[in-house]
Amino acid sequence: MKYIYDLHKTMINKNLILVYEGEFTQDITKSVLAMAERNLESMGEESGIKRKVFNVMVECLQNICKHSETFDEETYGKTTAIFMIGKHDSEYFITSGNPILSDSVAAISSKLENINSLDKDGLKQLYKDIIKNGRLSEKGGAGLGFVDMARKSGKKLTFDFEPINEHLSFFSLKTTIPRN
Amino acid sequence: MNILNLEGTEDTPKIIFDNQNKVYEISGRSLPEDSAEFFQPVLDWLDEYKNAPDAETAFQFKLEYFNTASSKLILDILSKLEEVDGAKVTWYFHEDDEDMEEAGEEFSELVDVPFEFKTY
Repeated sequence: MKYIYDLHKTMINKNLILVYEGEFTQDITKSVLAMAERNLESMGEESGIKRKVFNVMVECLQNICKHSETFDEETYGKTTAIFMIGKHDSEYFITSGNPILSDSVAAISSKLENINSLDKDGLKQLYKDIIKNGRLSEKGGAGLGFVDMARKSGKKLTFDFEPINEHLSFFSLKTTIPRN
Repeated sequence: MNILNLEGTEDTPKIIFDNQNKVYEISGRSLPEDSAEFFQPVLDWLDEYKNAPDAETAFQFKLEYFNTASSKLILDILSKLEEVDGAKVTWYFHEDDEDMEEAGEEFSELVDVPFEFKTY
């Protein structure tokens, strides 16, 4: 039973205020958001920061929802994902980890690298280009999630891919929201 | 003209498009699972309304939050307003919400409809 205590300590050491591991659906997204909102509320966080954190959480959670629908259980087995929020003195961090097709690693990676290479005005321009010329994907995504997260953050997005098996990779993404 | 009246929920905005009472407002939070499906009735309503609009129609956008998928549909709605003669937009934002103010400014740059900005 020691893992319970270990997990508890890890959460405290890593300053995690909310962790969810499992299936992701719109209903779960709403529940996680409600919990996180109450949490930020009870900590008396400033409304501007709360809004940015909320914003990034929604994009992050809905990204996972949309991508987890891709995997039919027969081919890939049951896939789950993780979502976490942490709080340091100077910043919040919103992190997600979810399986993606290894084939899409290169595309996601170059998309994120491009976003990280842009400054505030560059991101604004990219946002406007995509919203004006892009179309909603089959899954209902506007292709704006990462750009929006980067704009709300004002910092670089941190990401990483770990191979899971021959088909899948684990995609970790971290967005920081400064608290000042 | 039918009245379009959708009660707001925790993930969808309140929408009233009512030609009898001259109220045209979208307010609250918008993060539906399927934004295209959710906003389709609004686009359909405008498609009908544009055939015989009032001399002036003031559309109020009073959004507290919207996700990126909704932002695409909001642009579609605003683009549709270009076809409604006499349409104008009032974009409300909370006085300390710079992101919502900027979002409104960006939309106003993307469509050819008069915008007015107000805080609440």
